[in-house]
Amino acid sequence: MTTKVYAGTEVPVADDGFFTDPEQWRPDMAPEIAVEVGIADLTERHWQVITFMRREYAEKGTGPTVRMLGKSSGVSVKELYQLFPKGPAKLAARIAGIPKPRGCI
Amino acid sequence: MADKLEKISIIVSKGSLEGLYPALIMANGARAEGIEANLFFTFFGLDAIHKERHEHIKLATVGNPGLHLATWAGGLPGMSSVMTHYLARKMDALDIPPVPEFIEMIADTGAGLYACKASVDLFGMSKENFIDEVKDIITVGEFYDLAAGGQILFT
Repeated sequence: MTTKVYAGTEVPVADDGFFTDPEQWRPDMAPEIAVEVGIADLTERHWQVITFMRREYAEKGTGPTVRMLGKSSGVSVKELYQLFPKGPAKLAARIAGIPKPRGCI
Repeated sequence: MADKLEKISIIVSKGSLEGLYPALIMANGARAEGIEANLFFTFFGLDAIHKERHEHIKLATVGNPGLHLATWAGGLPGMSSVMTHYLARKMDALDIPPVPEFIEMIADTGAGLYACKASVDLFGMSKENFIDEVKDIITVGEFYDLAAGGQILFT
């Protein structure tokens, strides 16, 4: 098990950088994770997606797909890709401190 | 993970449901992983981006041994529609969108949709026949230019 230090706290992460224990995530860690995945500034729109991700995960035990995000998060698919160019579902999950979503759609 | 795929160009040549979905899923999945994607619709694959036809993509029930259906049964009137409807319900339950919505979503992900000029000419079509998301009608040479530096997938 690998660990990383975000906002001064050591947390366990998987080899691909995703949190293995979402309980250990704190909002002040998000900007540091974002920089790691190439997003220098987290805007209010990014946060809307991140918050939605956490809520979905808490309810369903898995992160939403891009299609679900586009339909339910209040951010369109087009904008999702502008906010997270290297893959919205994957990057937002990583920043939100939840495991990598495994959907194919 | 040093060798990450940066770009994929997918040739879509089939107009049946089972011929089309794999290409759409691969394209959408590529974008979800941050991989650049282009789709080049050729021959019957053009139906996927055709304004009137893309709502009517059907499963091939004749000459499709994978269905495990007697050949004569596959040819019964309405069989293709019934099977397509059945599959559409199953796909909806798995959050797989219908073709028109899927194509629109793939365009929204930033993937490029292109129609093959030779096929467009062959079928007597023009830009007006296609959905607005189609960027251009391009030649084979232009497709190879777009695909340069990435991988090409023929479906």
